[in-house]
Amino acid sequence: MIYQDSRTLLAVRDLRATVNGTEILKGIDLSVRSGEVHAIMGPNGSGKSTFAKVLAGHPAYAVSGGEVSFDGGNLFELEPETRSRRGMFLGFQYPIEIPGVANSQFLRLAYNTLQAERGKEELDPLEFDDFVREKMKLLEMNPDFLDRSVNEGFSGGEKKRNEILQMALLEPKLAILDETDSGLDIDALRIVANGVNHLATRDNAIILVTHYQRLLNYIKPDFVHVMDAGRIVKTGGSELALELEARGYDWVSAEFIASGTPKAEVGA
Amino acid sequence: MTGTEAGSYLDSLIRVQAQPPAAHSSPAWLKQLRARALERVGALTVPTTRDEDWRFTDLSPLTRLSWHPVQGAPQLASADLERLSLPEAAARLVFVDGRYAAQHSFNHSGLTVANLPAGMAEHGASVEAHLGRHARFEQDAFTAVNTAFLHDGALIVVARDAVLEAPVQVLCISTQKETASYPRCLVIAQPGSRLTIIEEFAALHQGACFTNAVTEMALADNARVNHVRVQRDSEAAFHIGNCAVSLAHASRYHAVGIAFGARLSRYNLNVLLAEEGAECAIDGLALIGGRQLADSHTLIDHAKPHGLSRQLHKCIVDGSAHSVFNGKIMVRPGAQRTDSSQSSRNLLLSGKARVDTKPQLEIFADDVKCAHGATVGQLDAEEVFYLRSRGLSDAAARMLLTYAFGAEVIGRIGVASLRRRLERAVQAQTSRAA
Repeated sequence: MIYQDSRTLLAVRDLRATVNGTEILKGIDLSVRSGEVHAIMGPNGSGKSTFAKVLAGHPAYAVSGGEVSFDGGNLFELEPETRSRRGMFLGFQYPIEIPGVANSQFLRLAYNTLQAERGKEELDPLEFDDFVREKMKLLEMNPDFLDRSVNEGFSGGEKKRNEILQMALLEPKLAILDETDSGLDIDALRIVANGVNHLATRDNAIILVTHYQRLLNYIKPDFVHVMDAGRIVKTGGSELALELEARGYDWVSAEFIASGTPKAEVGA
Repeated sequence: MTGTEAGSYLDSLIRVQAQPPAAHSSPAWLKQLRARALERVGALTVPTTRDEDWRFTDLSPLTRLSWHPVQGAPQLASADLERLSLPEAAARLVFVDGRYAAQHSFNHSGLTVANLPAGMAEHGASVEAHLGRHARFEQDAFTAVNTAFLHDGALIVVARDAVLEAPVQVLCISTQKETASYPRCLVIAQPGSRLTIIEEFAALHQGACFTNAVTEMALADNARVNHVRVQRDSEAAFHIGNCAVSLAHASRYHAVGIAFGARLSRYNLNVLLAEEGAECAIDGLALIGGRQLADSHTLIDHAKPHGLSRQLHKCIVDGSAHSVFNGKIMVRPGAQRTDSSQSSRNLLLSGKARVDTKPQLEIFADDVKCAHGATVGQLDAEEVFYLRSRGLSDAAARMLLTYAFGAEVIGRIGVASLRRRLERAVQAQTSRAA
């Protein structure tokens, strides 16, 4: 939702990033304010997931240019864990399995780390158990998932629910959900989307990275951005997603090139 | 090191170890067993790195040390005993520097859980039938030395169809530096019986000592034994362990071996699936750092059809430590329908750490299923990032992942208090590494 008194949570200016020396992000500009839901769409290989990972501080990507301020500070001065503790959350496209670590242990560790950072009380295992079970109801998750190893043997939908459960526990200011809808059947999609909607407030913001429009039937974005070849080539309202669904992505790129935007260096 | 010098080294071990006076009252067969072993000590030499089985494990530092006789009565402070005790235990046998400490031992199990000389009175015939029969000393210098000194030792006899859910603990504690001890353990599980045994080797000092342990287990038809072996000797210690297990028809043996300690440790586990339908699961974890070397050699010998074996061996190696795993699976002619799998997984925490892992399959039957695999690697960068993206520091993330790697094996121990104690030990060690 767009509010008059919102504040800027994320300001991205001409962000460039490389992986193994190849430039993947070629100058991204984006501003996200509290209360807003942004969708970043685009064809495979357009750099959507890279953008999400660069924001979260993935070590495989090197920032080669531009600036990002997050909640008023320089994002690139922060380690990934500090970004998380300051309120950034990345919901992974492929959540990592960690055999040998009970999900409850992992969730409590993450939660308590954040509580300590915020100067709040940490929860012991029993207190945390009550707390997390309450949050799990939101995602219609079976409490059995607490006792299992982190994501090990979880189905695609269960993994994504577990990601949103972490979002619910950590209450981030900015949640970046990378292809959260991929691999979900229609019921799981509805549950996950309900969870996200429930967690959206006027004080936080959400960036949905998605290839398909169907997630946006459940979570209504305030802005839709289309990425292509490492740049945002078009921005519109929620109706843009429907147009993309109907017409595909090609016309957007063609329009962008034809517009001769100064930053366009296609083919360079 | 030449053979002659090695021979004289074994002699020097013999000289420093005096047989207790009570050994003279042993039954004739036991005296003969010792004498035969002593004879082999005279003929055998300490293996060198030229021996294929000892290629990576250089024993010459061991042979350069000299040992003193153990002094005084076997005695532990109550705090030390408390730290190592298991609340679940139905029985406990404590050996201090190789000698039985009756005052620290107890038995509420209803089974024979006794020091060998005492237990032999009741079970003479079956002890005679098993002692020294499974752990062969003819070709193994260390088993020969242990057998030559055989006196005190743990004897556990589980009567036919007896089911003991609570564990029996055998604690072998080194309290004196520069001494050698020769722990011995014999488990006789009669048909249909069930037992969980925890063997633990620990030191109360940081000095050099030499532990040369031999364990034998005979599982009769349908018997089940869970065997947990924890080696936490001092960081300057030398630990040589031999364990030989014989499985009769449809018996099941599950082993979890955990090695933390010792400057140099070597564990040889030989499991013979002697009759049809026998099953074993062998899990191991070595967690070492500094300049430690942990060597585990296992032999799973499928002698008869329809045997099943599962093996998972994991090593976490930090500093300039070195882990060695040699896992031999033998499927003898006629051992059809054998189902065997082996996995060796190794985590290197430093650039100087070293792992040598070798699966060795020798299959002489054609209708068998044998799978094996080995991995050596570092912590997965994606896993570390995942945890950091949830607020954990780089160090905490690495510690958790290292802990998890080891926890898979520790989680297979059925005794909760021991599991918790080992998990804490892994956490302590991994946090030091991180």
